[in-house]
Amino acid sequence: MPGKMKLNQIVEVLQAKVVCGSELLNTEVEFAFASDLMSDVLTIQADNLLLITGLANVQAVRTAEMSDISAIVFVRNKKVNDDMIELAEENGMVLIECASSMFKAAGLLFGQGLKPVY
Amino acid sequence: MHFEYKVQGGDFARAGLASSQVKKVLKQLNVDAKVIKRVVVAMYEAEVNIVAHAYQGTINVDIDTERIVLNLKDHGPGIPDIPLAMQRGYSTASPVVREMGFGAGMGLPNIQSNADEFKITSEVGKGTNLEIVVYLNVPQE
Repeated sequence: MPGKMKLNQIVEVLQAKVVCGSELLNTEVEFAFASDLMSDVLTIQADNLLLITGLANVQAVRTAEMSDISAIVFVRNKKVNDDMIELAEENGMVLIECASSMFKAAGLLFGQGLKPVY
Repeated sequence: MHFEYKVQGGDFARAGLASSQVKKVLKQLNVDAKVIKRVVVAMYEAEVNIVAHAYQGTINVDIDTERIVLNLKDHGPGIPDIPLAMQRGYSTASPVVREMGFGAGMGLPNIQSNADEFKITSEVGKGTNLEIVVYLNVPQE
């Protein structure tokens, strides 16, 4: 369906690396939100949301857990740590590392039809 | 059903643990996913506030068939001007809190917008008390 993307397509478009949740790459997302500010992420109501962030810490994963976000792309070559992987695995979440800037990653995915939340 | 959680000020590694546990309970109880999200987002914001601003706190969660009541009581510096603290964008958070992705002055207003009832009281030098109520049987937007 146009406007939706499977996570494995996202990984391919971003030339990114799956850090955990590789068994869940058939999951589809419809919307994306790009922010380093978790306070803003927590105000988003949309379902089927991909989070694009440069904030690589455990609170980014916690925020995703609370917001029912099942996949996070970490941009600007930020590295995921073991605590983040543990929390993500516990919640059935996909973590993806991407070397691009946030602007480039967001632009590529917007170009593929992923929708903004506002 | 009643749960109580202790929260330690400054312990960012564990911030959100209580909210995570409540989320699991509400899922097991088959509560509507939109209601769960409102409850846990409000609770997580409030839990992060305790970690960010207070010395310690206690979260009490009461769940019945009609509603979920969260009471968060902390020992901390308190809030001198609550209307000011409720304004979007107003924050007294430290650089450490901002590095965690918070402290943008969005938390209290976001708690209020996720709650059906919201009460905040505070005493400077003693602490802050939040009561957050979310109804279970109201059609969600």
